[in-house]
Amino acid sequence: MSYLEFLNTYGEALIGGSLMTVAQFVLAALVAVAAALVAGLMKLAPVKSVRGIATVYIELFRGTSLLVQLYWVFFALPLFGVSLHKFTAGFLTVGLCFGAYGAELVRGAVASVPKGQWEAALALNLSPARRMWRIILPQAFIIMLPPWGNLMVEILKGTALVALISVADLMFEARQINSATYLSAQAFGTALILYYIFARFTVTPLMRWLERTMARRIGKG
Amino acid sequence: MTEDMTQYPLRLEGDDAPMIRFQNVTKKYGDLTVLDRLDLDVAAGEMVTIIGPSGSGKTTVLRMLMTLEQIDAGVIYVDGEPLTHMEKGGRLVRGDAQHLRRMRGKIGMCFQHFNLFPHMTALGNCMEGPVQVLGLSKREAEERALELLDMVGMAEKRDEHPSRLSGGQQQRVAIARALAMRPQVMLFDEVTSALDPEVISEVTSVIRALADQHQLTMLMVTHQMGFAKEISDRVVFFYDGSIEEQGTPDKLFDSPDKERTQQFLSAVLEAT
Repeated sequence: MSYLEFLNTYGEALIGGSLMTVAQFVLAALVAVAAALVAGLMKLAPVKSVRGIATVYIELFRGTSLLVQLYWVFFALPLFGVSLHKFTAGFLTVGLCFGAYGAELVRGAVASVPKGQWEAALALNLSPARRMWRIILPQAFIIMLPPWGNLMVEILKGTALVALISVADLMFEARQINSATYLSAQAFGTALILYYIFARFTVTPLMRWLERTMARRIGKG
Repeated sequence: MTEDMTQYPLRLEGDDAPMIRFQNVTKKYGDLTVLDRLDLDVAAGEMVTIIGPSGSGKTTVLRMLMTLEQIDAGVIYVDGEPLTHMEKGGRLVRGDAQHLRRMRGKIGMCFQHFNLFPHMTALGNCMEGPVQVLGLSKREAEERALELLDMVGMAEKRDEHPSRLSGGQQQRVAIARALAMRPQVMLFDEVTSALDPEVISEVTSVIRALADQHQLTMLMVTHQMGFAKEISDRVVFFYDGSIEEQGTPDKLFDSPDKERTQQFLSAVLEAT
């Protein structure tokens, strides 16, 4: 079977899998951003117990394997009465896992906004919430964009593991094709290329564009 | 440290009540006493300049007034009311967040490094407080901001971000930003120290105009002795955490009583 024939036969499955990967990635990225923001800000809270909760979350998800986390959420949580659909379990777990890494990026970026900005915001009598939301976070956002670009690529690659809880993503389809045909080189080779194209020509340029746009908005473009 | 708070009045009353009063104010960083039982009054509309060697506590005076630093003892009053404290059951207790927010509205501050918000234009910087804190409409806030930017000669640069402005221009926007909150007291913390010599006069002339035309109470820390002499109603010389000498600019600069004042002034004059 030539590679063209291979694509002809299995193209549809691979495209379907790719779309599922895109969906998993986009949702996981949203979960990661939200979780990182909440946990990162909690880590900076003056109340010790609030910081403690964030630390537990970060340690738990950073310190254990994503695959084990996926199995836990999908196979073990139902034993405790929490059943999630595999699609939801997939992006939620991937998002929470990388959100734990993102939390450190948020915390670090917020902490690196110059002290003078906090003081100027206080001198203008802005409330604590507005100081954070209007003055500090927009500046922290610009600082943390480059490392978030890396993390986004990691999230994309991390979604490949949802295949192991039977979410029909790109990796899942590639495995299906492989076990039906033993055309390992073609199946996994195509998956490899598709992941690369998606990371290199979609995610990364998008993040770069965001960096440039934000830089321009503060007059540094 | 427990302090007998009954020695401090709950508020300052009478026509001669100062706009700002430091009563017995002490500030420490660990073991280091930065300000030692400071007493200082500033009358409404008065322009007071604080000079002194670095580490003498002069910037701390402004930072405590802006509530950027907590005090360890004593009470600061602004506009007749305690700033650092509030009345509760007939006695003074530490001011809570709500009290501090209310009192802070009376005070504006400009910083050595301007601290403009880099993600906002000059206009945006000046509208932020009025819209977010005072609750002005966008239109009202813009009108007020433009008026002030015009006053400091920055109306043309209204849409520029701080990174596109020179130090002198940034500092003028920062002054407009602080004034947009309509404070009764303005604090200037070494506002020309980070500027290139050729742009210092842009900023000093704005402050001079403010002193001439407005009834603001102003407290300034500066190393520009000529400017201090010309503009101040009173000059206060700080040394090692307390006031060594104070008086009219003519008196303090031309015939200071204390030896340390003489030494400081001759050292500064030699350097410039």
